[in-house]
Amino acid sequence: MAQQEGNMIRVALAGQPNVGKSTVFNLLTGLNQRVGNWPGKTVEQKAGTCSIDSWAFRVVDLPGTYSLSANSPEEVIAREYIIKEKPDVVVAIVNAATLERSLYLVAELLLLPAPVIVGLNMIDVAEQQGLTIEPRVLEAAIGVPVVPMVAARGQGIHDLLARIKKVACDGAEYTPNTPNIRADHADVLARIEELVGDHVPPEYPSTWVALKILEGDQQITDMIHPRLPPEAWSEVYQIIQQHEDTCVAVAGGRYAWIARMVRAAVVKPRIGPITLTDRLDRWATHPVWGLVILVGILALSFALTYAIGSPLQELLDLYLVQNLADLAIRALDTAPTWLKGLLVDGVIGGVGAVLTFFPILVIFFAVLGILEDIGYMARAAYVMDRFMHLMGLHGKSFLPLFLGFGCNVPAVMGTRVIESQRARLLTIIVSPLVPCTARMGVIAFLAPAFFAAPAIVSWALLAMNLAVLVLSGLLLNRFILKGEQIAFIMELPLYHLPNWHTIAITVWQRLLSFLRRAGTVILAVSIVIWTLSTFPGGDPETSYLASLGRLLEPVGTLMGLDWRMMLALISSFVAKENAVATMGVLFGVGESGAGLQAILRNTLSPAAGLAFLVTQMLFVPCVGTVATIKQESDSWGWTLFSVVFLLVVSLAGGVIAYQAAGLLGW
Amino acid sequence: MKDEHHNPRHGLRLAKRSNQAHQRGLSRHNSRRLTTLNSGESAVIQSLSGGVSFRSRLAALGFTPGASVRMLQNLGHGPVLVTIRDTRIALGRGEACKIHVRPE
Repeated sequence: MAQQEGNMIRVALAGQPNVGKSTVFNLLTGLNQRVGNWPGKTVEQKAGTCSIDSWAFRVVDLPGTYSLSANSPEEVIAREYIIKEKPDVVVAIVNAATLERSLYLVAELLLLPAPVIVGLNMIDVAEQQGLTIEPRVLEAAIGVPVVPMVAARGQGIHDLLARIKKVACDGAEYTPNTPNIRADHADVLARIEELVGDHVPPEYPSTWVALKILEGDQQITDMIHPRLPPEAWSEVYQIIQQHEDTCVAVAGGRYAWIARMVRAAVVKPRIGPITLTDRLDRWATHPVWGLVILVGILALSFALTYAIGSPLQELLDLYLVQNLADLAIRALDTAPTWLKGLLVDGVIGGVGAVLTFFPILVIFFAVLGILEDIGYMARAAYVMDRFMHLMGLHGKSFLPLFLGFGCNVPAVMGTRVIESQRARLLTIIVSPLVPCTARMGVIAFLAPAFFAAPAIVSWALLAMNLAVLVLSGLLLNRFILKGEQIAFIMELPLYHLPNWHTIAITVWQRLLSFLRRAGTVILAVSIVIWTLSTFPGGDPETSYLASLGRLLEPVGTLMGLDWRMMLALISSFVAKENAVATMGVLFGVGESGAGLQAILRNTLSPAAGLAFLVTQMLFVPCVGTVATIKQESDSWGWTLFSVVFLLVVSLAGGVIAYQAAGLLGW
Repeated sequence: MKDEHHNPRHGLRLAKRSNQAHQRGLSRHNSRRLTTLNSGESAVIQSLSGGVSFRSRLAALGFTPGASVRMLQNLGHGPVLVTIRDTRIALGRGEACKIHVRPE
């Protein structure tokens, strides 16, 4: 049975966070995987294929969740997938070092209508902690196959595939030992099942539905309510009201079942050894040293990113973008001028400039990938929690904001780790205030044009951005995105050595999503901006874009900037580094860098220069980020709000900086 | 959030909870908030307060009555770090306040 699409076996991969599920997924599918979204949700969906001796497997990676209640969209997606799509096999990855807790998800999965195989991962880590685990005993107790694995070293994966194949082919023998509800709730559960039994949609197991109603699961209750006759509903409702505390009792019952399952299979040392994690955490979570370590790691990641990335970026610009432009000019020798302009300045100039950020992003993503993989980022979130509270956020919001130093696009996408919609939106709106590598690149180029000590100015600008970020968060939290403080509950995984395979795939996927954006939105906007700056006359000074710049001149005057500088600011909307390129065109220096710095020094006072730098640092993020904000917030209203908000903040910042510097006599 | 004793909203919830505790015949003076444990101390979970989805999240992570919990770090302010069922969990102070424990 169960062999659909020829020999294709459909496997769903389930597991809690930090059990090595993505390592298993990557091991199974390698590069044969596709990353997208679950239909209609901003939750990442990964699916891939693998094959072994003429058997093909289609693996869907379910979101990592601790349980299958309706507490988060991820949990709803995971359970709906299993119920509605009925995969041939559900592989539940558990962490042998935290066996009891990770079996909790298995206890929930066993009630759903798909056979389960347990992948007992990280048995090496469990052994280091002094645990002895007997997979066969566990298998006999639960009544489902248990495959011991060390996924990080590729051990057990063939065994796992063989068991999947076996279960998919003779599924009839599936009789797991399922957890029962605690005796004192058995009667009410039976009563609810009696009441709802005939009204449950056919794909749902009625015992499971009854249990979820008793647990106080809002989604399932809402699904059943309209299907029930009024008198049945009122009795169900009464039972729910009387058993308000059942969700904890049901969870307790599952843990009691787990304790019985592992009793014979696991031997625990009476006193656990002091582990590497204990020793490292004494420093990494320390209120003072933890911060020092965090700042040190940040500084090191930046230093590494710029030391290696920036020279590579220049090389790319020189050899790839400029050569490509030359090539295009020569190839299009006989083509009309507008086509040449469109291709060379519009497409290659716009998208090419963005692509030169590739090396910087690769390095930054790799550094971050390592920090995430070894388990450090959760510590960073813990140490930062008290500071994030200032903005009504908590530690988890620190992770996406940190990503923003590389590029704001993954930062906005990274807000998916935040459970509360309100906190997520707030984080999305403030995240463009984290200066990305492109913004810092512009500052690094322009600061020396106006100031004798550019490094100090750059650091001060960075500090200003973070201060504005905190202040904005504070105000938004107080007045606009008001709401209840959200719960901060986060697991700190055990530290482990980096798994290069997983890190490489993560980096690759982040780059791919960046590339996709460069190929679509950024390309489109580059063309639009080029068109606006070329037509009607072909001269940028008389173009539509220039008219727009002149429209903004009154604001510009308040900060000592003429229309050209305002235009440079607007063009940074396509990509931050465009600001420099636009100035190059408008001040008529081509793109020879040193020339532009000299011209700027002679044209603008230091006060005006400072105003420009401040505005540029706080300005609306690039179009790629705005597009991502729309996608992730799923609201044009909030996207517009974030653009207008930053526009106001940045222009106000520029005016204040100019006027203040004027008072100081700059 | 920072001051667990003078938050009126919290006080309300607490009153409701201890009411429930009475009904279930639990002795109140035996139960302490998780945040009263010092670093290094252990205790047993007695009950959870707060909304259904909050309690169900905590319960899924292993914070169920009878489970043993060990305080790894409690600085008197800010989040706390605990071990439960072989897992390290960071909890905001407000969240930790809603977990009631008794001595082992």
